[in-house]
Amino acid sequence: MSSITKPSVRHPSARKNHLGLSRADYEGAMSTLCAGCGHDSVTAALVQAFWELDLPPHRAAKMSGIGCSSKTTAYFMKQSHGFNSVHGRMPSVTTGANAANRELSYIGISGDGDSLNIGFGQLAHAIRRNVNMLYVIENNGVYGLTKGQFSAAADVGSKSRKGEVNEQTPIDPVLLALTLGATFVARSFSGDKAQLVPILKAGLMHRGFALIDVISPCVSFNDHEGSAKSYAYVRSHEVETVAADFVPLRREIKVPETHAEMTVVRMHDGSEVRLHSTAPGYNPRSRDTAYRHVQACIKKGEVATGLLFIDDTGRCMHDMHRTVTTPLVELPYEALCPGKVAMERIVSRYR
Amino acid sequence: MSGVNDFAFKIGTVNGTGSASANALLMQAIFRMGIPVTGKNIFPSNIQGLPTWYEIRVSRDGYTGRPPLIDLIVALNPSTLKQDIATVRPGGYVLYDSSWPLDAKLTRPDVTLLDVPLGAMCREAFTRDRDRTLLRNIAYAGALAALLQIDIAVIEGIIAEKFGRKKALLDANHRAVHLGYDYARKHFSCPLPFHCAPMDATGDSILMDGNTACALGAVYAGATVGAWYPITPSTSLMDAFKEFCQEFRVDPETGLNRYCIIQAEDELSAAGMVIGAGWMGARSFTCTSGPGVSLMQEFLGLAYYAEIPGVFINVQRTGPATGMPTRTQQGDLLSMAFASHGDTKHIILFPANPAESFALTVAAFDSSERFQTPVFVAIDLDIGMNDWMIPRLTWDDGYRPDRGKVLDAVALEQMPKFFRYVDADGDGVAARSLPGVNGKGAYFVRGSGHDKFGAYTEDSTAYREVVDRIARKFETAARALPAPIIQRQDGADVGIVCVGSPDAPVREAVDRLREQGIIADVMRIRAFPFAPEVTEFLGRYETVFVVEQNRDAQLRALLTIETGVPRDRMTPVLDYAGQPVTAGTVVAAITAQLAGRSA
Ligand SMILES: Cc1ncc(C[n+]2csc(CCOP(=O)(O)OP(=O)(O)O)c2C)c(N)n1
Ligand code: SF4
Ligand SMILES: [Mg+2]
Repeated sequence: MSSITKPSVRHPSARKNHLGLSRADYEGAMSTLCAGCGHDSVTAALVQAFWELDLPPHRAAKMSGIGCSSKTTAYFMKQSHGFNSVHGRMPSVTTGANAANRELSYIGISGDGDSLNIGFGQLAHAIRRNVNMLYVIENNGVYGLTKGQFSAAADVGSKSRKGEVNEQTPIDPVLLALTLGATFVARSFSGDKAQLVPILKAGLMHRGFALIDVISPCVSFNDHEGSAKSYAYVRSHEVETVAADFVPLRREIKVPETHAEMTVVRMHDGSEVRLHSTAPGYNPRSRDTAYRHVQACIKKGEVATGLLFIDDTGRCMHDMHRTVTTPLVELPYEALCPGKVAMERIVSRYR
Repeated sequence: MSGVNDFAFKIGTVNGTGSASANALLMQAIFRMGIPVTGKNIFPSNIQGLPTWYEIRVSRDGYTGRPPLIDLIVALNPSTLKQDIATVRPGGYVLYDSSWPLDAKLTRPDVTLLDVPLGAMCREAFTRDRDRTLLRNIAYAGALAALLQIDIAVIEGIIAEKFGRKKALLDANHRAVHLGYDYARKHFSCPLPFHCAPMDATGDSILMDGNTACALGAVYAGATVGAWYPITPSTSLMDAFKEFCQEFRVDPETGLNRYCIIQAEDELSAAGMVIGAGWMGARSFTCTSGPGVSLMQEFLGLAYYAEIPGVFINVQRTGPATGMPTRTQQGDLLSMAFASHGDTKHIILFPANPAESFALTVAAFDSSERFQTPVFVAIDLDIGMNDWMIPRLTWDDGYRPDRGKVLDAVALEQMPKFFRYVDADGDGVAARSLPGVNGKGAYFVRGSGHDKFGAYTEDSTAYREVVDRIARKFETAARALPAPIIQRQDGADVGIVCVGSPDAPVREAVDRLREQGIIADVMRIRAFPFAPEVTEFLGRYETVFVVEQNRDAQLRALLTIETGVPRDRMTPVLDYAGQPVTAGTVVAAITAQLAGRSA
């Protein structure tokens, strides 16, 4: 993946977060994506979200597969460890890393091809394991990096730049995640930072697998008329059901008063996500409601966005495995080796 | 030929009928009489109803290879009677269940039939169908005890240990043993000419299979993450790891686990998990077999190039494709050595028995972290799933894991700037940092082209600098990995080379060749890339034989590629049809070759 080192321009006035870091400290190398690529907007939202969260960069791990989208882990949080793995297999690498060190914040960035084509199986099983991670799909309906082939997210009838029409049914990652039992399911749009930033924050703080499908247009291969993943289409067909505010533990909590219905979800560290339902009766804690709503939107040719489902009581991979709370990498060798005396006992059983 | 404490017998049954425990009982009893013994389980890839055999070799000289001849067969499987009777040496014995008539066409004039009405006796003695089937096995064990003079008190002792206070089971088993034992004593002249007599040769030994030993090695090495996808013949390895962890790795206060075993959705995923955990700094491993190694290729290349540790235990089975899952082979040598596209190379350690499976699994974790690269432990079904007599495993509490060059927070803070792939010491190994430790250690792992600073590159010089340094790292590794074991004799003019399980039959063959006037030295290679001694050994002898269990002489190919010794200087001795090679096969191949040359 190519990247250009960005000159670090420091504005003395730049606002600092609670760690004393400015937003620039959360940036990465200069993007080499096409000008106007939706993925760069997602990167900007990620920078904003992690800066606002006071996330210590060296305690975060940026994980990705292969694709234009997967490159973007180089473009934020340069002080974090990153792992650009192989195409479609980022979930397994993250699962292993998380097994070894449960305390880092895992940020997975993938593409629709990476997640729904080659990596479909790994995504599904990471959801089932409820690996504690943020999983962002930068969804443009095509393979950007290999120049515009349809991905499994392409809508029926959508046209490639070469004029071919897709006839295969699309895989909707939101419906998939709901079906597989994901405990945090959201959708947003790369061009809607106001919606995306709080969702990213809530997703990162969620204890378990947080899937965020971000419609992120590919200006080179899929931003034309007839593409349901174009800027114009999403802007005009977006239906925001649930708006989210993320309120970190240590910040003063101001209750927004504009929305009639509100659900407060407390995260494992005590901070809160406040979900404002714009549709009367929408219950973001009900998998059924979410499922029905997303499908109803699809039928109408609309895109359901917002935080669609959350279950903050789910058991994550480590709960299911009953792993010790200390990260396995931090256990001293003495706590792992049974020793000489135990060996004598063990071998006596093989006589 | 066969005689006291020097013979072999075989039991042919149907799988799923419970004969395994009777066979284990016999083997353990002989072992406890102080007599060296080995067992080979020849079983089908099936859960119930197909033929299965168990071969037990009693060898006062301590030979553990597959037996050269079968002196007695217990032929209880009607569908293989003909073939089973045919496997006995002339002058041998056939024990069969005379509850049903034996087709006269199947018998041979040159063997002695031992008719024992096992089924009928059990039908009479036991009421439940299940008991009648299961205890028939214990009854043949009893008959063999009488015929082969296996100490009945030792057998009863093992049964008592096994069933403890379960009185009904205990009684039923005792009864069944005596049905066979008493019947044989009454009807045959016991013991047979070949039989057991107590010795004192097993006091410092244990009976263990290689999968258990590898699992124990992973526990003792401090592995915390195991990721796998079930596949014969490796499955019992992760099962054993889990059992040991449940015993030794549960926090006594909280009841929580100091390990994480993940059953992945496939081997690609298992490899990814191993690599993710290795990158984080955990000792992580997987166990698999050939088909799994095929699926792991892409990830192995990533780990090679991004320099991430991880241990990959390959319990080889007969390929290609699904092949014969319950048969042994050494067919993955090349696919492990160069797994993945591009210029890659992987460290492989080759245990020859379960004792080494333990030691080399520990060594694999050390090598993997020291050289920051995946390490294969290559065993095979014969080592992994059969019980071998090995010296008691011991442990030195002074052992400390070799974590290699890992920079801690203090070291990182003191550096002006950390770059991941800079070879500061000239040995090809660059220091690494672990995620989460210190901001100064942060870097970007990538499988794409990178320079020594870890940055993306498409520059030829910068690319080459890194891949050439990795090649240097493997040269360092070749000198540091477990050295070959070389057994020399005065006046040797033939060299024999092998890896892994053929070691036992090869050493037995060397003894037999000496009796025929052929003096051979043996080199058993224990690691790839090859140590300098390997090339040196190959150059010493005019005639070098390479014994291996695959069709295409893969070890010879590797030796040719890596040492520069011309291929045709090395004569392959190949046995690749799924059964462990025997000393007889090796002797025959070598004598035939040498005879052909002098003619
Ligand atoms: C095993 C393998 N096969 C094929 C490729 C080629 N490849 C690279 S990226 C890509 C598709 C990426 O699509 P997507 O995940 O949607 O990312 P985007 O570029 O659209 O952001 C493909 C097929 C590869 N890198 N590895
Ligand atoms: S090809 Fe498409 S997805 Fe890739 S960088 Fe360009 S606009 Fe973005
Ligand atoms: Mg895409």
